[in-house]
Amino acid sequence: MVKFTINGKEAYSEQPGDTPLLWVVRDELGLTGTKFGCGMAQCGACTVHVDGNPLRACVTPVSSVAGKKVTTIEGLSPASDHPLQKAWIAEQVPQCGYCQSGQIMQAAALLAKNKKPTREQIVTHMNGNICRCGTYNGIVRAIQRASKEV
Amino acid sequence: MNGMNDFELLEFRISRRTFLGGSAGLAFAFTLGVGKEAQAQTPGRLNAYVSIAPDGTITIQQPVAEMGQGISTGLPLIVAEELDADWSKVKVEQSPIDPAYHHPVFKAQYVVASISTLGYWTPMRMAGAQARRVLVDAAAQKWGVSAAECVTEPSTVVHQPSGRKMSYGEIASFATPPATPPAIDASKDLKKPGEYRLLGKGVPRVDIPSKTDGSARYGIDARVPGMAYATFVRASVRGSAPASSNADAVKKLPGIVDVVTLPHGVAVVGETYAAVSKARKQLKVEWRGGQPGDAINTDKDLETYLGDGRDPKRVGVEWKSKGDAVKAMPGAARTLAREYLNDNVYHAQMEPMNATADVRADGAEIWVGTQAPTRTTLDVGKALGIDAQKVKVHQLYLGGGFGRRATVEASVDAALVSKAVNRPVKLILSREDDLASGTFRPMTSQRIEAGTDASGKIVAWRHRVVGEPVGDFVYHPGYNKAAKDRDTIFMMGAEMPYYNKIDHWHSEHLMEPERTRVAAYRGIGAGYTKFAIESMIDELAHQAKMDPLAYRLAHTDDARARRVMEKVAEMSGWGKKPPAGRARGFAFAEYALFAPKVGSLCGAVAEISLDRKTGRIRVHNYWAAADAGLAINPTALANQVESAIVWGLSTALKERVTMVNGQVQQSNFHQYELMRMSEVPEIKVEVITGAAPIPSMVGELGVPCTAPAVANAFFALTGKRLYHMPFTPERVRAALKA
Repeated sequence: MVKFTINGKEAYSEQPGDTPLLWVVRDELGLTGTKFGCGMAQCGACTVHVDGNPLRACVTPVSSVAGKKVTTIEGLSPASDHPLQKAWIAEQVPQCGYCQSGQIMQAAALLAKNKKPTREQIVTHMNGNICRCGTYNGIVRAIQRASKEV
Repeated sequence: MNGMNDFELLEFRISRRTFLGGSAGLAFAFTLGVGKEAQAQTPGRLNAYVSIAPDGTITIQQPVAEMGQGISTGLPLIVAEELDADWSKVKVEQSPIDPAYHHPVFKAQYVVASISTLGYWTPMRMAGAQARRVLVDAAAQKWGVSAAECVTEPSTVVHQPSGRKMSYGEIASFATPPATPPAIDASKDLKKPGEYRLLGKGVPRVDIPSKTDGSARYGIDARVPGMAYATFVRASVRGSAPASSNADAVKKLPGIVDVVTLPHGVAVVGETYAAVSKARKQLKVEWRGGQPGDAINTDKDLETYLGDGRDPKRVGVEWKSKGDAVKAMPGAARTLAREYLNDNVYHAQMEPMNATADVRADGAEIWVGTQAPTRTTLDVGKALGIDAQKVKVHQLYLGGGFGRRATVEASVDAALVSKAVNRPVKLILSREDDLASGTFRPMTSQRIEAGTDASGKIVAWRHRVVGEPVGDFVYHPGYNKAAKDRDTIFMMGAEMPYYNKIDHWHSEHLMEPERTRVAAYRGIGAGYTKFAIESMIDELAHQAKMDPLAYRLAHTDDARARRVMEKVAEMSGWGKKPPAGRARGFAFAEYALFAPKVGSLCGAVAEISLDRKTGRIRVHNYWAAADAGLAINPTALANQVESAIVWGLSTALKERVTMVNGQVQQSNFHQYELMRMSEVPEIKVEVITGAAPIPSMVGELGVPCTAPAVANAFFALTGKRLYHMPFTPERVRAALKA
């Protein structure tokens, strides 16, 4: 059994230690906002925070988060009101929306460390997250908008 | 599918009929005033699309799958407009899968070809107008006045002479259904464009908030008590089947419930997806040979296509034509022939294909995000040997559609596996299996021969497109034969309806044997046919020593076509010198199943630079002017065009599926590369609205101009032409040496 904290609450997994955190979060804990895209850290759809750092849950063994703090999109803010979430709506970013949990979690990790990122810093930080609907420019605008609020 | 016939059908079905209350299939069910509990269960339903609760909440059913195109906002907005609803009181629900919600052309709930808004335009208006009429009549009756004296304001009926007002919610609390629902006459009972309060103004999309906090539910998020997880290894060669496998060994792996061998593949079923995923890596399947697809070898096949396209003895199936291009060609002062190529490409929708099925003795339930829910009921029913009416489909969001979710393999597979293990099953493909057994836009070679007069203007044009037809694989064997081999998905765009000053043109499809798992892919045929056409036009412009924009304008007096071209020229500063090291390319394309009567048009300019050492093209700026008729929700429309531009650029510059002996050589996103944030240009889209009175195609409109705009910019920069999509660094370096 692996014990950890998820979105501020104590949680545990009964799955084998090498089980990717992605499936623990989605299937064992029922938090389906974190998405499966590639299974090999190529697309970023599964991005979560572990002790504040953005990680690809699809290649993170659950054993490695023992005793750590995991945050998923569902736990990013108490009322879906993180400046990024508000900015995502204001800029009407999502299309199909499937990658956007990962995009927002990736962006949130940036703003937590760098409140006023340059465009170049945003692009460098976000480049591992694929959006097949091509909402990249909207994502940049939304991060810039949110950075004025944090 | 014959374009004009479809159009006539569409026009007949959606415009000329009178909308009767019962025609939507549901009688009035005004169950109001029977107590709060009952009301909560069955709010006052005015017709198939509208119900109103006493608190004023208006629930609108939206019949189309939401895959990011914004349809779950756009269609309800049309209903709300005619209903004169207060938009802030509107709640949108995904409608059930039911004949009441069929698309008038497809006679099914089915979203392809970007014609959901066009198709549902009149039914939605009618539904809104009818519901409004019922409310007005009920209020007038209550007041004892003539309905003719009443008008509506948002969610309110107003008796004009007295100034009395009654809210829709208040009316819903007492009204009873009329025995005969009121008939609405489309020719006089609907609003005129100047009267719109909601259309064209722009509202936030209703699906977006749930897509920012993880609460949006996609097919992959379905959860059914007691379900097992599964993955499926499908024959990647069309028609192939498992000959043998190590299923017995895989069955013994931890967490594995069963390994189910179906005629077309092998499913691994387990208690968790992690266990299934691990076991999948151990599964080895030997496939039965002898299928035509076993011989697919991309490079060699493309050579064959080129040879066939050059063979004058090969006769294709005519797609579309004007005048007599064959007769006109010898009269040309000069002729030029060019060849264009494109490789197979993969949808790469971010949500891997999946479906959840619960097959029981009394029927089946499917949870899926699909472009084809009606077909899901039919195909699952057929596969299980049960009536389609016993198959209930729960439509969830799609993590990308793009044509990949227009076919229903995942639902059928999930149903068969559920039946085999006698449990609900959630079946999810790995990314690797999603790609290995992907469905692909056809590979083609194209040959265009153009005849010009002494001034350089086009007098004859012959366009031959060589490749595998798509219809039989996407629909069913025999589909193309029944359609007389007119394959819309394959040939879309191989026409010049808006270059109306070209008198003689002809396009044909030279069919190659069907071997590949081919598909409709965002932009369909226009993704490559317009690459050829607009590259050729650019080459002819330079041959005539004319500016590419001026040359295009010289070939059309169509007002809408000229407007998008002139608009994008203005936006991009066409004619002004680009920054050092950069060059611009122009393209124009329609996306129009029913051109020129109904269609969408786009003009585009790409500004690029080039790293000559690596061969890497960088697109810095991209401008587009888009005219899709009446813009229902302009910001959403512009965002869709931008999305399609990124899609098109990614396809034009990077994406490529190659096959050796029928096996896809790419396995995941490290090998099948998509455009990322660092490569995306600044994009400016301007929406031209109202040039046509009805809304037309949006979702794919941005795609066709992308490849030719980049290729034409490349010529402006280097004096060399790119003839083979995608324009990989390797091909760019070869072109520079040519």
